[in-house]
Amino acid sequence: MLGNKLVFAIFLAGMATAGWAAEPTTEQKIEILSAEIEQLKQQVGGASGGPNRVSVGGYGELHFNNLENRKDGSGRDMIDFHRFVLFFGYAFSDSIRFFSEVEIEHALVKDNNNGTGQTSPGEVELEQAYLEFDLSPMFSAKGGLFLIPVGILNETHEPPTFYGVERNNVESSIVPTTWWESGAAVTAKLGAGFSADLAYHSGLKVGNNFQIRGGRQKSASATANDPAYTGRIKWTGVPGVEWAMTVIHQKDIGQGLVPDLGRATLYESHAVVNRGRFGLRALYAQWQLAGDGPAAAGADKQYGWYVEPSLKLGSQWGVFARYSRRDTQAHDATASDMAQIDVGVNYWPHPQVVIKADVQNQKAPLPGVDEIDGFNLGIGYMF
Amino acid sequence: MRFALPILLIPGWLFAPAAAAAPGVYQPPAAFVREAFGGNAPAPKTLWIDDALAREIGAILGHPPDGRRLRYWRRGARTAWVLDEIGKERPITVGIVVDAGRIERVQVLAFRESRGWEVRHPFFTDQFRAATLTGKHELDRDIDGISGATLSVRALTRLARLALFLDARVNAS
Repeated sequence: MLGNKLVFAIFLAGMATAGWAAEPTTEQKIEILSAEIEQLKQQVGGASGGPNRVSVGGYGELHFNNLENRKDGSGRDMIDFHRFVLFFGYAFSDSIRFFSEVEIEHALVKDNNNGTGQTSPGEVELEQAYLEFDLSPMFSAKGGLFLIPVGILNETHEPPTFYGVERNNVESSIVPTTWWESGAAVTAKLGAGFSADLAYHSGLKVGNNFQIRGGRQKSASATANDPAYTGRIKWTGVPGVEWAMTVIHQKDIGQGLVPDLGRATLYESHAVVNRGRFGLRALYAQWQLAGDGPAAAGADKQYGWYVEPSLKLGSQWGVFARYSRRDTQAHDATASDMAQIDVGVNYWPHPQVVIKADVQNQKAPLPGVDEIDGFNLGIGYMF
Repeated sequence: MRFALPILLIPGWLFAPAAAAAPGVYQPPAAFVREAFGGNAPAPKTLWIDDALAREIGAILGHPPDGRRLRYWRRGARTAWVLDEIGKERPITVGIVVDAGRIERVQVLAFRESRGWEVRHPFFTDQFRAATLTGKHELDRDIDGISGATLSVRALTRLARLALFLDARVNAS
């Protein structure tokens, strides 16, 4: 009964609006049906509905290193599937989403079952796993395990996006890339190309050698006696240009477990310029470590910087040169800053696939120190 | 223990405003189309994608098109397109107006990814203004990227090329 009334009502409405117009043509019917289907798609979730809620991506890179230590002539020839990474994401809604990154480093993770623990070169790492919330057009927040907003490579390091087979040593040893922690962060899109990030997260746990890179706990049953704070301001107000500055502070970078080691602060700033065929990356980063321990070792100041000009030769080829210096014991009595020159080429057969080659030359200030020279080849992808 | 209090406060601070917000959408498609035609949008048209056209679209996007038809709006030599393309993991919705074979306007209508949102700013989208398509279906100019937003920049560039290609197609028919 209700159905009959509905049909009659639609019939009357159709008469009223169409005014007994001629029956629509086939093309008009298709237009009407198309519009109705579009409306239905919007009602059931539009772009975020159905299978689009789940996202999968990844990247990977295979490296061949043909290197020699000039100090003693020892070789370091190695082929290594350095990174195999998969991303998984899920959009709960247009304003709440999950993102994760799982990585296998160095291809093999194996327990030798002889009671000594894992001896294979590889690692399985959870590098990102966070929930992100869009709070307003200006603010978003995230909680979980995320990459620290510092440096050029720490957040964006898919192989086709940078020059050089290996990630540069300044960001690896000083920043230290790749660096992730657990906590909460807020991003503000301030307008005029400015954005700001504030994060409160787990901290480093540096040992009594005071080397920063070794202090990454990777959120693996990590000691949480002392958290860290990160602030970054970034400007991208002109296409192809980025400038950013990050400050990270931790009250006790030894988590209270290393005598004579106290607070630490990282200051990092970088600029990226891509104009037409020309590119330039420059970065400076410096740690200041308080306490008698780092001071005695000269490790209370640790810094590094690099300049990397590049030139695109058409859409598929690019060449670069990089000059860098770094010192993890800048205040010790002997000169210890390592200089390095890298020169190389990238070939992109597809925008998301890259083949790389470079040569590297290290120069220590004094003899008797490791100087690793040679060439590197790599192939990488992202999707 | 120094972690405890801030962590306890986080959920309330995060969840309360999130439920009310719909922040990724900057402009509804219907409003974009109305604006593109001076407040009086023409009726939408449908472009059916046959196998040959799907191959040409696939060559521009780098992947096959999602559906077999596209809606567009046309008045005289001006067409408007609302297109979706994934940057890294989620679709970016972009409105593009083409007038006499040149891009008049590119506007990000919805951005759903964590990074690369800078592409919505006019300082970036203005680069597409007056761009035309070359014989190889490339833009007639270089588009300067945004550091950290490489995939979003590429997605918008592909959509700009696609809109110009489709505009030429519907104007030729």
